[in-house]
Amino acid sequence: MCAVSLAAVMASPVAAQELKIGLSSEPSALDPHFHNLGPNNAMRRHMYDSMVLQDESQQLKPGLATSWKPTDDTTWEFTLRQGVTFHDGSPFTARDVVYTVCRIPAVEDSPSSFTVYTKAIAGLEVKDDHTLIVKTDKPYPLLPVEVSTWGVLSATANGVAGDITFSRDGCSGTGDFPKTQAFNDGSKANGTGPFKFKEFTRGEKIVLERNESYWGDKPAWQTVTFRPITSNGPRVAALLAGDVDMIDKPPLQDLERIKSEGFEVAQGLSNRVIYLHFDHEQEPTPGIDGTGGKNPFKDMRVREAVSKAINREAIVARIMGGVAVPAGELLPQGMFGSTPGAEHDGYDPDGAKKLLADAGYGDGFKLVLGSPNDRYINDAQIAQAVAQMLARVGITTEVDAMTKSTFFARRNKYEFSLYMAGWGSGTGEMSSPLRALVATRDKEKGMGGTNRGRYSNPELDAMIEKALATVDDDKREAILREASQVAMKNYAILPLHYEVTPWAYRKGLSYTPRTDQYTIATGVTPAN
Amino acid sequence: MLVYFLRRLGQSLLVIAAMAVLVFIGVYAIGSPIDMMIAPDADQAEMEAAIARLGLDKPLWEQFFIFVSNALQGDLGNSFVYATPAAELILSKLPATLELAFLALVFAVFLGVPLGMIAGLKPNSIAGKTIMTGSIMGFSLPNFWQGMMLIFVFSVILRGFLPSGGRGETVDLLGIPVSFLTADGLSHMLLPAINLALFKTSLVIRLARAGTREAALQDYVKFARAKGLSERRIVLVHIAKNIMIPVVTILGLELGSMIAFAVVTETVFAWPGMGKLLIDSIQALDRPVVVAYLMLTVFMFIVINLVVDMLYCLLDPRVRLSEAKA
Repeated sequence: MCAVSLAAVMASPVAAQELKIGLSSEPSALDPHFHNLGPNNAMRRHMYDSMVLQDESQQLKPGLATSWKPTDDTTWEFTLRQGVTFHDGSPFTARDVVYTVCRIPAVEDSPSSFTVYTKAIAGLEVKDDHTLIVKTDKPYPLLPVEVSTWGVLSATANGVAGDITFSRDGCSGTGDFPKTQAFNDGSKANGTGPFKFKEFTRGEKIVLERNESYWGDKPAWQTVTFRPITSNGPRVAALLAGDVDMIDKPPLQDLERIKSEGFEVAQGLSNRVIYLHFDHEQEPTPGIDGTGGKNPFKDMRVREAVSKAINREAIVARIMGGVAVPAGELLPQGMFGSTPGAEHDGYDPDGAKKLLADAGYGDGFKLVLGSPNDRYINDAQIAQAVAQMLARVGITTEVDAMTKSTFFARRNKYEFSLYMAGWGSGTGEMSSPLRALVATRDKEKGMGGTNRGRYSNPELDAMIEKALATVDDDKREAILREASQVAMKNYAILPLHYEVTPWAYRKGLSYTPRTDQYTIATGVTPAN
Repeated sequence: MLVYFLRRLGQSLLVIAAMAVLVFIGVYAIGSPIDMMIAPDADQAEMEAAIARLGLDKPLWEQFFIFVSNALQGDLGNSFVYATPAAELILSKLPATLELAFLALVFAVFLGVPLGMIAGLKPNSIAGKTIMTGSIMGFSLPNFWQGMMLIFVFSVILRGFLPSGGRGETVDLLGIPVSFLTADGLSHMLLPAINLALFKTSLVIRLARAGTREAALQDYVKFARAKGLSERRIVLVHIAKNIMIPVVTILGLELGSMIAFAVVTETVFAWPGMGKLLIDSIQALDRPVVVAYLMLTVFMFIVINLVVDMLYCLLDPRVRLSEAKA
């Protein structure tokens, strides 16, 4: 005991300046434009600022741009922050933003490109060093949120001296762009963010250093070390052993244990909804038996019956240990486009049976429910619970749970008549789940990308498209609310619950949970 | 010896060709890597572009043909996730795995052989029985559980006596980062090496014990004893040398599996070696890395077996003579 307390006393002055975080997933690169995926995006925010930032609840706030406004339907003006320097000392100007937008499509072999967030940009014009004009083809309200998803590089530090001319088909004056490797080894790791690159050994650690000349609030930590510890048990053990100060995504079943050992847990609602999607298209539909070849989910009464048969409160209480919130929409309360007071269907097995009888399925039918078993928190158990609840109203349900890579491949081949999956809204507004999950699939318009139930409702499509072309925030939010209600009322999709993200850390720290589930060292502060 | 070598080489090439077909089809036929790595908000056009860029829109036979023709030129493809050559990625993880495997091998040999010989020479003593019971535990308790228990005892209960995972401080030896030359690195290696060695040590104990019991009754041992040699010399020279053949054979194979499939240990201890890379790549469906990994593994096993066979020739003159005739 003596040795332990002595060690604790000796460790504390160092610990005040150094933070070690155990991560459940490692970024695939430190290049801010290489891979548009959660772990990379979270790490990017340490080293590379964007023009607009997203706070803990994904509200937009000024970053490298101090303000922005639409000057007409298709033009935006960004006023950039004065006196900001990159880590190497070169000053930040509008030219750096143009350089960045030019580089994004040029990143070689990007597994998931950031072009989704730049392709709306039709023109860029440097009015002066700190004013940038952005042109879009049509009214595009998502522009500020999209520029918050990519970090800005320095043109000067990458050897560009002259002017850069932006063009969608290829910029001129940019020279050769730095390669991804140059960001991983640190030679070109140069942003304006609160932390600077220090060391990266893949699979082992990422070490960052405080940027002493940061323009915003300086972080509390001199050094931050991220260690990827992908398995849950060892990650918890590393925290309990004191090898790391903080971990993300501790397994729900270990939370009590972690608290009882004197550690703290922070929990926050995320932007991720877990939902059930129906096959709205095929007839007969795979996995359904006892309906005489008909697809029962084409009948809205059956979809409503499924919703009423599910006890969302019980799933949250029993399967999720209370660490989730029952969902009545695709985005939690308080986020942009959610309807205040939106309620989910109450648990009503008798009502469900009656609806099934009305629809001609009084004797029920057989169903296979597809689900991943390693993608979302307790996903396979949730699917099992849903299956049991459906069985109680006469829909004999078998769960087909599988590893995520197989699940998504099969889902995309439309092999399930009912499947469970999740959606996190990267933009933090209702247009994201609506456009992806319930808009009619349309490659040209970029709609319905993840609508693997192939739901289609022209009325809803028109509303979503209208919202996506309405620059005025209040008007857009009103349209999105209405669209969300239409989707819910028609049982296009069944939201089950919103995931709540836990973090665990040693006493003496505090972390403000983020809806985007990112672990960001600037949000970790020594508690006073 | 040369004929023997050439014949084995021919067999080895056949095995590599067969494995290439099996591994490639096995790995490329399942799942959809795009869904693992693309951002969910990418639209259909983006998705199709990504599929085309990775060549996943081509039929399987065409992808296989491209793989083989590149492989013959020494290119095992680029990682889908990291966009760097798969072989390079795997080899960059090799030093971490090798030093762990060798430390585990040292534990297995220097603990296993003496303990096994004691158990073999004095099978009915308390020491002998304890050793054998211990080896049963080493065999039967799951590797994952052993690792978690090691962490639990040495890191959690004894707060920070040994680190719970990671590689610790490394220094460059001939340009390769290694941990075994620093105190911090060694302390990080200890638990995973023990974890990796437990099963192998038990195996060696059993082999050494069986060998010792058999050898102790052989005529040449009796003769040595009759000649009046010291017990020490009989055990260390006459018995020890003769039980080593099965031990070397098994350890040769086991070294291969320790290098190639230290997956469990590396995962439990977050050890940044090849096993961890393999499991991460399987989860991310990073097909080129998985295929390259398995092909390199096949290659390594073949080389190790070749070396083991050559070692037989050196250790046992009978093999040498019979192979020379064949």
